[in-house]
Amino acid sequence: MTVTTEQPTPGQRRKMTPKSMVVWGAVALVGAVCWSALALSRGEDVSALWILFAALSSYAIAYRFYARFIAYRVLQVDDTRATPAERLENGIDYDVTDRRVLFGHHFAAIAGAGPLVGPVLAAQMGYLPGTIWIIVGVIFAGAVQDMVVMFFSMRRDGKSLGQMVREEIGVVGGIAALIAVFAIMIIILAVLALVVVNALAESPWGVFSIGLTIPIALFMGFYLRTLRPGRVMEVTAIGVGLLLLAIIGGGYVDQMGLAETLTLSPEKLTIALVVYGFVASILPVWMLLTPRDYLSTFMKIGVIVLLAVGLVIAAPVLQNQAVTDFAIEGTGPVFAGKLFPFVFITIACGALSGFHALISSGTTPKMVAKESQVRMIGYGGMLMESFVAISALIAASVIDQGLYFAINSPAGATGGTAGAAAEFVRSIGFTISPADLTAAAQSIEEETLISRTGGAPTLAFGISLIFSEAFGGGLAAFWYHFAIMFEALFILTAVDAGTRVGRFMLQDTIGNIWPKYAEISWKPASWSASAIVVAMWGYMLYVGVTDPLGGINQLFPLFGISNQLLAAIALTLCVTLLIKHGKLKWAWVPGIGLVWDLIVTLTASYQKVFSDDPKIGYFTQRAAYQDAIDQGELLAPATDMGQMQQIVTNSTVNGTLQALFASLVIVIVVNALIIWAKAIRAGGLPTTEVPKQPSHLVAPSDFFATKQEKEAVREWEAAERERLVGGRR
Amino acid sequence: MRSGLLQAGRGLRWYLRQATGEAKWDEYVARCRRDGVEPMCRRDFERHRTDHKESNPQSRCC
Repeated sequence: MTVTTEQPTPGQRRKMTPKSMVVWGAVALVGAVCWSALALSRGEDVSALWILFAALSSYAIAYRFYARFIAYRVLQVDDTRATPAERLENGIDYDVTDRRVLFGHHFAAIAGAGPLVGPVLAAQMGYLPGTIWIIVGVIFAGAVQDMVVMFFSMRRDGKSLGQMVREEIGVVGGIAALIAVFAIMIIILAVLALVVVNALAESPWGVFSIGLTIPIALFMGFYLRTLRPGRVMEVTAIGVGLLLLAIIGGGYVDQMGLAETLTLSPEKLTIALVVYGFVASILPVWMLLTPRDYLSTFMKIGVIVLLAVGLVIAAPVLQNQAVTDFAIEGTGPVFAGKLFPFVFITIACGALSGFHALISSGTTPKMVAKESQVRMIGYGGMLMESFVAISALIAASVIDQGLYFAINSPAGATGGTAGAAAEFVRSIGFTISPADLTAAAQSIEEETLISRTGGAPTLAFGISLIFSEAFGGGLAAFWYHFAIMFEALFILTAVDAGTRVGRFMLQDTIGNIWPKYAEISWKPASWSASAIVVAMWGYMLYVGVTDPLGGINQLFPLFGISNQLLAAIALTLCVTLLIKHGKLKWAWVPGIGLVWDLIVTLTASYQKVFSDDPKIGYFTQRAAYQDAIDQGELLAPATDMGQMQQIVTNSTVNGTLQALFASLVIVIVVNALIIWAKAIRAGGLPTTEVPKQPSHLVAPSDFFATKQEKEAVREWEAAERERLVGGRR
Repeated sequence: MRSGLLQAGRGLRWYLRQATGEAKWDEYVARCRRDGVEPMCRRDFERHRTDHKESNPQSRCC
């Protein structure tokens, strides 16, 4: 069976039809107008829709032209070549999947809290730097990484990132990558958990609703296991209904007399989360993880669609400045440091996320039906994630800026009361009255909004503004808690799933020395490995929660940098493989992203380790507080010697981790440079690519099948039916 | 118009069944019928599928 899907071979390019020239010319024009509007308007009312449409038209052009160029010219995807899903089909992990369904799966796996939280924090520097990086970054770095990693993993039967680094770069690089991936995962879990703690602390409504998700998920789990196996849609509909009731019910905690009991301090919530994380990760997946995953995926897609529609209907005006003074001076209260390099570090996931390389290698490539589909799944999936980040940036930028800084500045700065917070906001050049601060909190029925750092409350407040404006009806409090629920839900899913992945990595690693430990069904091993992983992120979470300097502003840079360093590892692998395959002339494709990412992350790492400014450099901070302790003095915002000591310990831990991550990446890059030199001299090197085997499948490449593709699929399906019927006789 | 809506509805239903994995059961039953094999009951089939996830955790991203 020959494959007739369109596939331009190098050297023989298809000409664009006049119609498509007109269409793409129009898209380009819309993009140019939106970008110009963003570039030129200062100090006047700027509509959020300029950002939205600048993003959409840029994505469309990048997808149509750049992604296509990468697929056909750089990677030379070959639809006559059988994918691992076709060759090794076992109906479980190797499984030919419809491209649109796989797109959904892949997107659900890569999208999480990162692209929502990062842009919210980065809004402290104004909306423009964030907008530019989210759009440009995804086009030239993030989406390229996801797609290229997916392609190379697919050509190797779905090997993981760590495996590929070990086999293609070297054992030293491989070990460094393994340690980096594990350590980064711990940091990510801790920071995500910190976001949840900050969103739920002192919020009985939030605790009530999120708490109820556990029995709801358990019910769904048992329903699917025993009552009506396999009826996923039915049980998800029931679950979502119950979820909405749980959010509504939360509004009545006062009347139910639960308000006091459910008002939990951050420390108590930390303990609750650690216990939850441990128990959830050792329970069978069907009980909690799988049903929770259905709920969070549904909520995720639902909120993203609602937000896009809401934004278009409400067409809000941006309250944020294009570029704030903090971008230039680096003195922002949300996180320290100047625009370069910290805006790139903070945005992280929405523009470039190293974590995606873990999903793009391994799981997804084992399900791809046709090679050319890596473009829509890898590149397209990441564009969608970037769109989520843009929406989050807009949501944070439509909030009154005085309120934004009151919510996002650490408690040490705002003092925690309306009066003190208003005074602090004034001191950094913005205005909000204490009465307005209280009114804002009351409008969403929260005790307070002051110093609710972590991004989630800000985002939820922005979403509730947009939804109230778009859909009307005085439901601000409901929408706020709906948004909090949506974030907390998938962070908790990520915590559970991440702990499991960490446990497997740990069991696998220790299993090299003590084989029995790697047995997944051996309880002592799986329980102890889970406990170790939970203890690690639990400790970092505790560090963040109790940090007198504010956990988010201390830990988030570490999270961002580690995620970007993981991206550097993935992009290094992409460049290495292109060179080894004799495609040195195309090495710039992942190379642009790699060079930029290395400049940004190594500068940021250098500043976090060596900066003389105690607000930026962890070790200078440590020294400042240690000196004060030696002289028996207190340094603000610490209020006693215990806190002083805590700051010293925390900055030492953070600084050491920071230095460790950067060193690991340097090891991998140096290891790769040696391979590059060898490969360039030899004009290419053998790789572990699986040799070509002919494909017998027919499937379209893009979201919408062309007429020829539909025809080819129909013919093929008819022939298949014929063959199967004939085979049975 | 009516038939367009109907088609969209059918498409959505198809997509959701595929995405949630519900369609796996139908495919399995169809395969068994084709091969002339007695299919196992749905409970066992779904159990088999979920238990596989136990040893293959999929990471959820940040």
